[in-house]
Amino acid sequence: MITPAELTTPNFPNWCPGCGNFGIWAAFKNAIVASGWDNTNTVFVAGIGCHGHMINFVKLTSFEGLHGRPIPVANGIKMSNHRLNVFVFTGDGDCLGEGGNHFINAARRNHNVTVLIHNNNIYGLTTGQTSPTTRKGFKSKSTPEGNPDEPFKILNLAIAAGATFAARVYSNDIAGLTNMIIKANEHQGFSVVEMLQPCVTFNKECSPTFFTDNTYKLPADYDPTNIAKALEKTLEFGPKQIPVGLFYKVDKPTAESNYPQIENIPLVDNLVEKRDITKLLQTLY
Amino acid sequence: MSNKVYSIKIGGQAGQGIKSAGLIFSKIASRSGYHIYNYIEYPSLIRGGHNVMQTTFSLDKVYSQIRPVNFLIALNQETINLHLEELVEGAGIIFEDEGKIDVTLCKDKCRLFPVPLKKIAAEAGGQDIVSNNVALGAALALLGGDLKHLFDLIDEDLSSKDGEVVKINQTAAKAGYDYAKTNFADKFEPLLAPQNNPGKKMVVNGTDAVAYGAIAGGLQYAAIYPMSPTSNILSLLAANQEEYGYVYKQAEDEIAAINMAIGASFAGARSMTTTSGGGFCLMTEGFGLAGQTETPVVIVEGMRGGPGTGLPTWSAQGDLRFVLHSHQGDFPRIVIAAGDAEEAFHMIMKALNLAEKYQTPVVLLVDKNLLDDEQTFSEFDYSGYRIDRGKMFLEKDPEYHRYVNSEDGISPRTIPGLGNHLVANSDEHNSYGYSSETIHDRNEQVQKRLRKLDTCAKEDMEKPILYGPENADITIVSWGSNKGPILEAMKDYPFVNYLHITWMSPFPTDAVFQQLSKAKYLLNIECNSTAQMAGLIREKTGIDILDQLLKDDGRPFFPEEIREKINSILIKK
Repeated sequence: MITPAELTTPNFPNWCPGCGNFGIWAAFKNAIVASGWDNTNTVFVAGIGCHGHMINFVKLTSFEGLHGRPIPVANGIKMSNHRLNVFVFTGDGDCLGEGGNHFINAARRNHNVTVLIHNNNIYGLTTGQTSPTTRKGFKSKSTPEGNPDEPFKILNLAIAAGATFAARVYSNDIAGLTNMIIKANEHQGFSVVEMLQPCVTFNKECSPTFFTDNTYKLPADYDPTNIAKALEKTLEFGPKQIPVGLFYKVDKPTAESNYPQIENIPLVDNLVEKRDITKLLQTLY
Repeated sequence: MSNKVYSIKIGGQAGQGIKSAGLIFSKIASRSGYHIYNYIEYPSLIRGGHNVMQTTFSLDKVYSQIRPVNFLIALNQETINLHLEELVEGAGIIFEDEGKIDVTLCKDKCRLFPVPLKKIAAEAGGQDIVSNNVALGAALALLGGDLKHLFDLIDEDLSSKDGEVVKINQTAAKAGYDYAKTNFADKFEPLLAPQNNPGKKMVVNGTDAVAYGAIAGGLQYAAIYPMSPTSNILSLLAANQEEYGYVYKQAEDEIAAINMAIGASFAGARSMTTTSGGGFCLMTEGFGLAGQTETPVVIVEGMRGGPGTGLPTWSAQGDLRFVLHSHQGDFPRIVIAAGDAEEAFHMIMKALNLAEKYQTPVVLLVDKNLLDDEQTFSEFDYSGYRIDRGKMFLEKDPEYHRYVNSEDGISPRTIPGLGNHLVANSDEHNSYGYSSETIHDRNEQVQKRLRKLDTCAKEDMEKPILYGPENADITIVSWGSNKGPILEAMKDYPFVNYLHITWMSPFPTDAVFQQLSKAKYLLNIECNSTAQMAGLIREKTGIDILDQLLKDDGRPFFPEEIREKINSILIKK
């Protein structure tokens, strides 16, 4: 069992004051402590973007990879040691711009990992260009006349691609996000959590007030098992009309469960040994 | 029968079972006591297009394809038209008697053996595809081969099919054999007569060698995206994974493939991927990631003609400079290249050790010819192989630092799940793994990583192999699958030697310098347009090889071309 103090690193976050990453950071640490995750059972992988610095601020085993590529790294980790809880921290640009192919294909294969998408609708680290989730018409450094392109709807894409758990939470709802991270990890399959977050420096539109004013919780009678209803719900976005909560959840075999050779023990628990391949060589005569 | 080298070529449309027939023929030769080398040519198509497979065989070791064809099995007209020039005076040709194959052009030069292939196949109860075994049966009769070997091989080849299919093919083969015995009784030439006590030899190509070598070498995880000419490696890995307990995963693209392999390796699994030059373009990003995060990974790069889509089903050696320089910045990369299937087998096993020992990416360069072409070898002896995982740190230590500075450049590597806090970071980092941009940390980490290459040069790097006499009139320098045609050509020249280079990074500068500086005449041979190896040699040793024999048309060198080159040098001298 890890304590909050034990998660502290010598590094203090270099995010802008007011950045949504602080809420995500707090919620992840809360979830770690509440769930008993530690260096014996948990790994997180980060991409590149403001979110990627997370590895410096949480004392938990981590891999910071390349821009757009944290998902395949996580897939390799999970396949090699499926006893580990595996998290991916990624951003809207990281996950849907550079890494879009990995996102949809990992969803399709249902790797048992949890993908936490920092969605601030902007490229923050490169100081303010439109991202694949920036709304049409938005003016940024890369679109001074307004963004000509339509944005992705992350959860719609995730569910259509085959994700078996799809949720949305506002980053500053720390209690709600803590709870959702835990639930997403408990789910056996490809879990996607879209984390709406303000970028106070480069996206003045998506401010904390914007999110608190316009999000609403999915009602208690919402049925997250109905894929058609879920897909319809993911299209909803507007003033006072941004739903948050669990949109969709279904149980399906995970990618890792398809391999009988790792059914009993994780791959890495086998000793690496020279194998006798006499039988294979016999086929060559 | 002297120890002459003979060749038989089988040609037809893709889908007519050319490769399978050629492989069967070569195994008959091997089982009868001969050495073989198979050379296959095919276009980038699944059906249609011209396919040929040539088996070169001799009682001596055969190292490559040869140009002259002694015997031709033509299942279509194209086979005759395209290979007419290669036929020697008096070459035998088996062809479809009842088709419309026109043999006018070769009737004076060759011995013609028309056989009603399709009719015999139909009488045996088979469809047109069975014609290949009718032709094999007829060829065996004419060459004095043993029909029992053909029966056995049909049985083994079709073991997954029901017994009736095997029976039909065997009946057809026997009928082809009998037809030739009856109709061409006076024309036998016992080139394939079974030898007494033939030693057992494998008929193996680079694909078999790489896949089976990886399995023997303790592979645990492979993520691969299909690409010619390496796709058959993944087929073998996929088929055997459950029995041998490793995981093969098809990735969505090559970027994912290398990142998945890196993730698996970070988690502690012995990992690899394979691709060709075009796929390696996508992997270059992950290549440097492995270098920077110090994560072991083996990449098998099977070269074909580039750039772009290039020549998908033909061979090349154009990626040497690419793998030596791809990715931004400086990091240690180990690059080795195999010259034949046996070298590829030992090198993939070695590569898996090197990647883990040096915690850095290792590229094994092979090419289409090496991967596709079978050659006879004695059973691979890997009894001396030991798994080396390098500095694995599997205890618990609250003070663990992933990138701790060290003299040899290698830091103890732990794996997730043991309780240590482990940070692998693609950002420049301090010895702990946390991101850092200080001058001290940057210099320390860059130098630490690069020192691994010096350590590798001292502890593992192999010298180039010298074939032929220590002192020679001409010294050939080359690498990769050119080894075969060079050795084949050298059979005729006792005063030519060959320096076969297998390590490109780190580079055996001293050994290459010593050998080349005492050479009387240097000839560099490569399958690319810019003499990439000669450039590397000049860069490392200062020696400028002035005479180049280069070829970049997708075809391998034939020993005849090398002999011609050697002769032209000898005349000048």
